Amino acid sequence: MSVDTNTVKKIASLARLAITEEDASRLAPELGNILHWIEQLEQVDTTGIEPMTAVIPNHLRLRDDVVNDGGIRDALMQNAPQGEHGFFTVPKVIE
Amino acid sequence: MSDVTDLGIAGLRDGFRSGEFSARDVAEAFNARVDAADALNAFLVKTPDHALAAADAADAARAAGEAAKPLAGVPIGMKDLFCTKGVATTAASHILEGFVPPYESSVSQNLWDAGAGMLGKLNMDQFAMGSSNETSAFGNVISPWRRKDGGNAPLAPGGSSGGSSSAVAARLCPGATGTDTGGSIRQPAAFTGISGIKPTYGRCSRWGTIAFASSLDQAGPMARDVRDCAIMLEAMAGFDVRDATSLQLDVPQWEAGLSADLKGKRIGIPKEYRVDGMPAEIETLWQQGIDWLRDAGAEIVEVSLPHTKYALPAYYIIAPAEASSNLARYDGVRYGLRDLPEGAGLQDMYAATRADGFGDEVKRRIMIGTYVLSAGFYDAYYTQAQKVRTLIARDFERAWEACDLLLAPTAPSAAFALGEKSADPIAMYLNDVFTVPSSLAGLPAMSVPGGLDSAGLPLGLQIIGKPLDEQVVLNAGLAIEQRAGFVARPEAWW
Amino acid sequence: MTEHAYRIQGATGEWEVVIGLEVHAQVTSDAKLFSGAAATFGAEPNTQVSLVDAAMPGMLPVPNRECIRQAVRTGMAIDAQINRWSRFDRKNYFYADLPQGYQISQLYHPLVGEGAIEISLDDKNPDAAGKTIGVERIHVEQDAGKLMHDQHPTRSYVDLNRSGVALMEIVSRPDMRSPAEAGAYLSKLRSILRYVGSCDGNMDQGSMRADVNVSVRKPGDELGTRTETKNVNSVRFVMAVVEQEAKRQVEVIEAGGKIAQETRLYDPDRNETRSMRSKEDAHDYRYFPDPDLLPLELDDAFLDECRASLPELPDSKRARYEAAGITRYNAAVLTADVDTARWFDALLDAGASAVPAANWVTSELFGALNRLGKDIAASPVSPTQAAELLALVADGTLSGSLAKQVFEVMLETGDAPGKIVEDRGLKQTSDTGAIEAVIADVMEKNPNQLAQYRGGKEALFGFFVGQTMKAMGGKANPGVVNELLKKALG
Ligand SMILES: [Mg+2]
Ligand SMILES: [Zn+2]
Repeated sequence: MSVDTNTVKKIASLARLAITEEDASRLAPELGNILHWIEQLEQVDTTGIEPMTAVIPNHLRLRDDVVNDGGIRDALMQNAPQGEHGFFTVPKVIE
Repeated sequence: MSDVTDLGIAGLRDGFRSGEFSARDVAEAFNARVDAADALNAFLVKTPDHALAAADAADAARAAGEAAKPLAGVPIGMKDLFCTKGVATTAASHILEGFVPPYESSVSQNLWDAGAGMLGKLNMDQFAMGSSNETSAFGNVISPWRRKDGGNAPLAPGGSSGGSSSAVAARLCPGATGTDTGGSIRQPAAFTGISGIKPTYGRCSRWGTIAFASSLDQAGPMARDVRDCAIMLEAMAGFDVRDATSLQLDVPQWEAGLSADLKGKRIGIPKEYRVDGMPAEIETLWQQGIDWLRDAGAEIVEVSLPHTKYALPAYYIIAPAEASSNLARYDGVRYGLRDLPEGAGLQDMYAATRADGFGDEVKRRIMIGTYVLSAGFYDAYYTQAQKVRTLIARDFERAWEACDLLLAPTAPSAAFALGEKSADPIAMYLNDVFTVPSSLAGLPAMSVPGGLDSAGLPLGLQIIGKPLDEQVVLNAGLAIEQRAGFVARPEAWW
Repeated sequence: MTEHAYRIQGATGEWEVVIGLEVHAQVTSDAKLFSGAAATFGAEPNTQVSLVDAAMPGMLPVPNRECIRQAVRTGMAIDAQINRWSRFDRKNYFYADLPQGYQISQLYHPLVGEGAIEISLDDKNPDAAGKTIGVERIHVEQDAGKLMHDQHPTRSYVDLNRSGVALMEIVSRPDMRSPAEAGAYLSKLRSILRYVGSCDGNMDQGSMRADVNVSVRKPGDELGTRTETKNVNSVRFVMAVVEQEAKRQVEVIEAGGKIAQETRLYDPDRNETRSMRSKEDAHDYRYFPDPDLLPLELDDAFLDECRASLPELPDSKRARYEAAGITRYNAAVLTADVDTARWFDALLDAGASAVPAANWVTSELFGALNRLGKDIAASPVSPTQAAELLALVADGTLSGSLAKQVFEVMLETGDAPGKIVEDRGLKQTSDTGAIEAVIADVMEKNPNQLAQYRGGKEALFGFFVGQTMKAMGGKANPGVVNELLKKALG
């Protein structure tokens, strides 16, 4: 797979990573190489094979419907870069 | 009294219990060693008070005649991937700089409950992504080892648990936590001449451990020898209701079960692990390991794991895919770095924060992961990789029909110099070629030191076991350890 | 229904509208889907948030059994396929109300598969045909937090109290063809959820909201391009969205334009939909199975309990009422909401007979509650008291009008009807001697009317009934009065 700079920009935008034109040009061949390398997986015949869903046989445990958490606003917000009146705050979003 | 920092976990525990020294003496001695080793850059945060407080609690309990806790008197190092309450936790990333968790990870809590104290938070590859500890935002960790070639090239301690391996090898702590996603306990252990075990997926809770790739991440101990690993793993492991993938099983008494007698055990030698270009010294060590295990009573059989060569590319789809999603929460809203350029909107803030906060390797993997999950590519990459993963797991299941354990080298080379491979991501990824398959299958696997290469650097042997068969893995490790007689340690230059 | 098919008259002819609804219903539970924080509405900001809901580093989801159970029961209530093996997937996107950077949802293997909901459009007409609306799937997912944009000039506020609350997303087939059908479907779905107890159906609190998918086509053509109008929170608005959006699409197409597949927003003040520009950038959600969660496997015991705990559902309840002689219309009214149906069932259990009870509830009780502005659940008169009242009517103790008087007193005082009758002497009398005496008196006092009546003006019979009843203080048995009057008047 060869990757062009537009693809790099599109992926970076999906991943919310700001990149410069320079970054994109540098990353395009690098990602292309890695993708080319992982594409050897195409050679494996996986007809009739189920994708792995659980690494080790194990069952999903379910929790009881009990309220035993919350009420920890100060702890939650102590690391917040910005917040006021008990809210986290972000630059104004226009919907 | 000899230097307590020469003792491992078992030695410290036993010496403390028998009254040879106080826990405070031990903590102070290790705190001093940590302080004197800044040149290794192994610690991101030093927590001497934590170690002293645990030591004082142990001493007080002993004075009061209470039964000693399993790790009473033992200070350890904590990889910075584990959230520690009130102690900065960054995963060695700028994006979490200044983050102080208001909670304690299950694994670290288990260790404190067992009486251990913390010497500090250990440097690592950023978000555990790397094999050389060169991706930390806070500088490389340097291996205490040096080549005996007259040069002083700083060597990689392996990664991602490079702070842990370096600190244990340099006797800054008797044991340290590691995490292993594709080899991050075993490869650094091999590079630095120590032991480390990744248990079966689900043995150690992932709650409170910063996620890299959820279906692969497992915590485990890194220590000087097999017994110390067994002791520490017993304390770390255990069922946790807060982790839906945690195994609801009792923790076996691995230390008590240790035995180097392998009579009746069959050891499989996977022929696909004889890769082209493997250094002759590693081949030789592998053969040596085979002989040691045979000497311990085991029967040796050749087995085939036909999909081995696809494990690495499958891993480099699955792990980045999971990581791209797991790392989406670092967005500058609730904690960590926020980069808000003049006039930026919300989405610009995300992009600026993440571009600034994540290192190059992290961004590279987020990009790969985003790409392989994106519209039109999901099936070709991710689904195919998960199918290959099924085949890899099946290879192991077939192998278990013929044997109880597998023996292989841990890494395809000894420690390399810092900077030697960092320009070529794929060359770096190839370091994990022997460790990744067992990670993909969730199997317990351990690295123990086998000997030194001609440059005087340690080489590791890897033992891979059946699910939940940590005991047999540890026993085989012990058998090798006893026969290898590995006593080399790096000369202190730092 | 074809004869009444809903059509939009365009310049180029008739257009048909095709509607599908994706309804998000908040699952009734104490705690959130993946954490132990409370799921209740209206708390102080960020006080019902756990480390998991705020996506702190290293936090992991553990699913709440009750949320799974309620979704399974809902699936069973619409005869849907229950998938014993399902999985949670991550839907990845960045937004300030989504702390994890992904929503845990179910794309590839939902908990509930194909089901169906019967709707009827004309309850008054016993012959009106119903219609089956297909349900494609029900999956379980996390709700997002809430953003507030009007608190600060340059900042939006983030409240994560709703973050992680359990939702069921109920996805219909594009089987609806008119605003009325869309409205009937949503009402019926709401009714079923409330019967099952899996969602409180409080649309004004956001417990239920619909994404309305609308497209138009010439009858018989292929499906047109659809738009999705998000988060519409009332039945009335859903109908308005369908109407406005269909009209708009016809206008766009007939003017030579194309419908963009896009997300839209409904503005009730202007009764129009408009494009949501903020969501316009093409989404690529990169769904993949959540590696923090194993596949969800349901066993027989779990499914058996879900089935056994299902209540009688509106359709069978309605059939039962109709079989008891209740009119189709009354049966529909009585079963439309679970609170009414529960109240009515309690009335029947207290011994009231079906038909008069149905008539009384739909006229007297509903009229009174309407006047008082009260829900039936808050009715000042209990089903037991109502049954007693109806029994007094049935055994002739009370006439219809006396019953009305007693009911008014019951509403005011909360007293039992027997006590009211006793205290106020409201008992109806069938004493022929007393009634005959009053009749004789009435005839004597109204000679003119008597003459006219006897002269053939039979309409005056009612006048004599009224005078007699009035003189008896309303307590005379109307049947007896009629009989004796006929005799006396000749
Ligand atoms: Mg939707
Ligand atoms: Zn949804």
